[in-house]
Amino acid sequence: MTLDHRTTYVNNIRAGIALLVYPLQYVVNFPGNVGEWASDSFSSRRTLQEDNTALRTQNLILTAQLQKLNFIEAENIHLRNLLESSERAGERILISELLSVDMDPFKQQVTINKGFASGDDIYTGQPFVDAKGIMGKLNHISALSSTAILITDPGHALPIQVNRNGLRAIAKGTGNQNRLEIPHLPNNADIKVGDLLVTSGLGCIFPVGYPAAVVVEINIDPSLPFAEVLAEPVADLYRSREVLLVWPGGKAKPNPDAPCQIESNPAKQQEKKAS
Amino acid sequence: MKDKKVHGGKTILISFLAALILTIIPLPPLLQIVRPEFITIVLIYWCIALPTRIGVGIGWLSGLVLDVLTDTLLGQHALTLAIIAFLSIKFHQQIRVFPVWQQAITIFVLVAFQATITLWIKGLLSEAPSFTTIMLPAISTALFWPPGYFLMRQIRRNYHIN
Repeated sequence: MTLDHRTTYVNNIRAGIALLVYPLQYVVNFPGNVGEWASDSFSSRRTLQEDNTALRTQNLILTAQLQKLNFIEAENIHLRNLLESSERAGERILISELLSVDMDPFKQQVTINKGFASGDDIYTGQPFVDAKGIMGKLNHISALSSTAILITDPGHALPIQVNRNGLRAIAKGTGNQNRLEIPHLPNNADIKVGDLLVTSGLGCIFPVGYPAAVVVEINIDPSLPFAEVLAEPVADLYRSREVLLVWPGGKAKPNPDAPCQIESNPAKQQEKKAS
Repeated sequence: MKDKKVHGGKTILISFLAALILTIIPLPPLLQIVRPEFITIVLIYWCIALPTRIGVGIGWLSGLVLDVLTDTLLGQHALTLAIIAFLSIKFHQQIRVFPVWQQAITIFVLVAFQATITLWIKGLLSEAPSFTTIMLPAISTALFWPPGYFLMRQIRRNYHIN
């Protein structure tokens, strides 16, 4: 047990057993799959047409917004070049499905249907998002499935910043399904109810700029050194069926011990040394 | 004789697999925390029914599988279930002759003990839930023991496993 908690030696054993019990997970997940397939197959022509119209409209709006995004992205890269800071490469994403199985009720975890055998080089600590915001990161990878820890798990902390003014903080999970707490903010910190918190990218595990949570409650008690700030995750942590795995800033896996090293470009470092 | 043993082994394995499936089947969050420890029920039943065949080793193995399925610390369930198997083999002759409701009380004590060890382990990892929430499965497992016991006994008699 100590080995598992402190080191990664037993991960292979865990992955082996996980492969053996994958059929069980598959069996448990199966009724949900059948239900989904049935509702897909038997949906009426009218529903499909309505869906189609709605999706077309949404697609049009999103494409229109994207036109501007391309321009802004190019401008951003240009400005960053001028400032001689590192470029933010485009992120690679992969769609994966959640398996509907329950796990330890005292932890906030999910199982996804991708593993190292699916050939996508997913890695431990890889972040994943849904359509609305950041959800969590992968914890244990086995051959056909992986387990992931959600941002609301009491053992999870997420580096964030307030979108309005860039105030940096940490969002810790509480074990409650829709609450994050932001500890160690002084009583006079500039944070309000309704502020959007986005990932700050510090620590290099999570990509920068994904929405994470919205502040819902601030209790200021003058007798305490820090304000009590609670936030609600924006992602549908308990309703999403599909999640997107993200490779922040490139294709390679980051070094698990020093994730920030992947961003430093050796050629640029030498230039800096020379100058 | 040997054939019978192999046959019984399959039934026992299937009962453990069924318990594993029941353990990970999705439930609403409110019911999740009162989910009975199905693996513990099955393990205790086989331990008191066939103490010469099912024991600490099987308990440890099933706990290891449960650890992977629920993604807890590898060895947490293995340790608690091995201890449960040891205790129920130690006292199998007493538990066997109890009426079912007394057995249910014994099960309650065993599962509460299991939950206490889990609480200690989780406490060491500083992820301890509250004492009351971790004790709820003990009550539900005790309530599930009578139907579980009769079902398992029926299975054992039907397949002549001994």
